[in-house]
Amino acid sequence: MNCEYAIEARGLSKHFGDLKAVSELDLKVPRGQIYGFLGPNGSGKSTTIRMLCGLLTPTEGSASVLGTEIPGSARKLKPKIGYMTQKFSLFGDMTVFENLQFIGEIYSFPKAERAPRIEELLAKYDLIEQRRQLAGTMSGGQKQRLALACAVLHRPELLLLDEPTSAVDPQSRRDFWANLFRLAEGGTTIMVSTHYMDEAERCHRLAILDRGVKVADGTPQELQAGTGMHTVEVTADDPYHAQAALDHGAHIASVTQLGMRLRVLLPDDVADPVGTVVQLLETHGVRADVRQTTASLEDVFVAVTMSPEERAV
Amino acid sequence: MKSLSRLLAITKKEIRQMRRDRLTFGMIVGIPVIQMLLFGYAINTDVRNLRTAIVDQANTHLSRQFVVELRETQVVNIVERVDTPAQLEELIRVGVISVGVVIPADFERRVIDPDRPAVHLLVDGSDPTISGVANQLRIMPVAFDTGRIERRGNNVEVRPYYNPERRTPVNVIPGLMGIILTLTMMLFTAVAIVRERERGNLELLINTPVSSAELMIGKVIPYIVIGMIQLALILVVGDVLFQVPMRGSIVDLYLAAGAFIAANLSFGLVISTVAKTQFQAMQMTFFVLMPSILLSGFVFPFDGMPVFARYLGEVLPVTHFIRLTRGIMLRDAALMELYPELVALGAFTLVAMTLAALRFTKRLD
Repeated sequence: MNCEYAIEARGLSKHFGDLKAVSELDLKVPRGQIYGFLGPNGSGKSTTIRMLCGLLTPTEGSASVLGTEIPGSARKLKPKIGYMTQKFSLFGDMTVFENLQFIGEIYSFPKAERAPRIEELLAKYDLIEQRRQLAGTMSGGQKQRLALACAVLHRPELLLLDEPTSAVDPQSRRDFWANLFRLAEGGTTIMVSTHYMDEAERCHRLAILDRGVKVADGTPQELQAGTGMHTVEVTADDPYHAQAALDHGAHIASVTQLGMRLRVLLPDDVADPVGTVVQLLETHGVRADVRQTTASLEDVFVAVTMSPEERAV
Repeated sequence: MKSLSRLLAITKKEIRQMRRDRLTFGMIVGIPVIQMLLFGYAINTDVRNLRTAIVDQANTHLSRQFVVELRETQVVNIVERVDTPAQLEELIRVGVISVGVVIPADFERRVIDPDRPAVHLLVDGSDPTISGVANQLRIMPVAFDTGRIERRGNNVEVRPYYNPERRTPVNVIPGLMGIILTLTMMLFTAVAIVRERERGNLELLINTPVSSAELMIGKVIPYIVIGMIQLALILVVGDVLFQVPMRGSIVDLYLAAGAFIAANLSFGLVISTVAKTQFQAMQMTFFVLMPSILLSGFVFPFDGMPVFARYLGEVLPVTHFIRLTRGIMLRDAALMELYPELVALGAFTLVAMTLAALRFTKRLD
C-alpha cells in the first residue's frame, strides 16, 4: 500500500488471435496524479484499461494495481477502483437516483451514509434537477456526469476512465476536467484514455500508444522537448500549394495542415530547418511566412507515431 | 451479509426494470392466458361435427332411424344427401365433406348378418384425426334400442379413466403448464442477462464487487416468483374456463413446479452465457421449445415415439414435468410416488447450473 505507484505494469501484452492489441507495455502511474493515455482508436487503450481492472487476462506480463497482482483474483481490487466504460453502461430504464442507489448497494456503501453521499454527488455533479429522470433520456453530458458520479460514489483510490469525453460537447468536457482535477487534489489516482490532444495536455503525465505499443511517455513538457524533431510553422495564402511543395521534399518528415498554417516536422539533424523549408517553397514558387516553433503535443504525437523510414528522411 | 445485500440489490433492480418494461410485464400474464385460450379451445382432438354426406339406398324405417342416431352422436354433421357412392367420393375429393356414409339397399338384411358390414364409411384419410374418429363410428351399434336386432360384433369396451368425458383441455392443460413455463422461464432468464451484455451494463456490473453467483441468483429470483404466479394463473384459468380437475395436492404441484422452474432457469442461464445478442437468445430458446412441444408427450403419446426420439424427450425437463402434473392433477398421485421425475429434474438443474457457472466468468475474454 505504501508503494509510490498506483499502477506498475511490466511487459503487459494482450493478443486476440493474431492481433497484438497491446505489446509489452511498461507503465508507472504515480499516486494522486492524472495519467493520460493518448492514442488513436484501436491503439490498445481500452484493452489496457480492461486488463488493469481485471476484465481481461493479459497474454503475457503482469501488473501491480494498488498492490494487487494482475493476473490473479481481482476480487480484492474491485472495491478500490472506479471504472467508467467508454459506452454508457448505467441503466437507462432507471432514474438517476435509482442508479446511484443501486451502485451504493452493490458496493456495500454504509447504509447510513448512503443517502447523504448520493445528495452530495447529485449537487456536485449538477444532477439535482435530473434525479427523477430516466438515465436513458438524458443528454450526453448529463449521462457522463452520472457515470462519473457512479464511478466515484464508493470513494475509490483509483479511477479508470475509458474515453470519458468522446460523446460530449466542449463545455461539458471542460467541466468534466475540472471535476477530475478536484478528485486528483483529493488524492484519487486517475487514469484516463483519450484521443483529444487538449485533454492529453492537461494530464500530469501521459503515455502515447500506437498500435498496441507505447511509443512515448512522460510529462507533456518532457514529451514536447524530446521529439527529436524540428517544428516549423508555415503560414501561406495558398496552404494547398505549400503542402504540395513540401510533401515528399528532402528532409521533410511530415506536413500537417491547420487552417492557413502548416506544421512541418524535420529530423533534428537538419542544420537549418527554416532554410530547408524556405528553399523548397521558393523552388515551387510558393510565398509564405516560415518560422521555427516549439512542438505541440500533436506534433509529438505525429513524431512518435511515425515509422522509422518516415523519420529518417 | 454484504453478499446477501448485493444479491438483493440485483433482485431489486431487476424487479424495478421489469415493472418499467411493459412488454415483458405483459408477457408474464399474456403468454399463459393466450396460450391457454388457444390450446384449450382451438386444439380439440375430441372431434365433433365432421361434415358428412349420406347415400341412403335402403330408405327404410330402420335406415332412417340409423341416420337419426348417427346425427345424435354429434360426431357427424350431415350436410348433404346424395344418390350414389360415386358422388360421395367426389365430395370428399374436393373437400366438401370428410365422411361419407353409404347405406346399401339391403341394409336390413345386412344388419342381422354378422359377416357382412351393414354400412360403408368413406373417410378422408388425409387427416389423421378424422380416420381416428371413423373408428369411433365403426363401433357404433346399430339401432339395438329397437330391440329387434342383437348387438353386433364390437366387443372391446373402452373405459377412459381420469378423463371419462374425453375432454381435450383436461389432457392439454397440465402439459401446457410445462410448455408455458419452459417458454417464459427460459426466455426471460436468457434475455435478462444477454440484454445487459448488449447494453453494456454487464461491463459495469462485473467491475463491481458483486460475484458471479450473487449476480446470477439475484437475477433469477424475480423469475422464480413470476413462474409461481404464472402457475397460479394457469390453475385458475384451467379451473374456471375448462374445469380441469385438481385431484392431487396443490403443495405437491408447487413443489414439482419449483424443481421444474429451477431446471428451466438454469438452462436459461446456460443460453445467456452462449448467446451474444437477445435475438440469438430467442433463437436458442425456440430451438429447445420445439422439441419440448413435440417430444415431451405433450402432443404425441410418449410411448408411440421411436426410441431415439424418446431418449431425446427424456433429456427435456418438460417431459418429466408433464408426467408430474398429469400424475398430480389428474391421477391424484403423490409427489413421492413420482420421485424418478424429480430426480431427473434435479440432475438437469445440477448439470445446467455447473455449465453456466463454468462459462460465466467475471471477465470479457
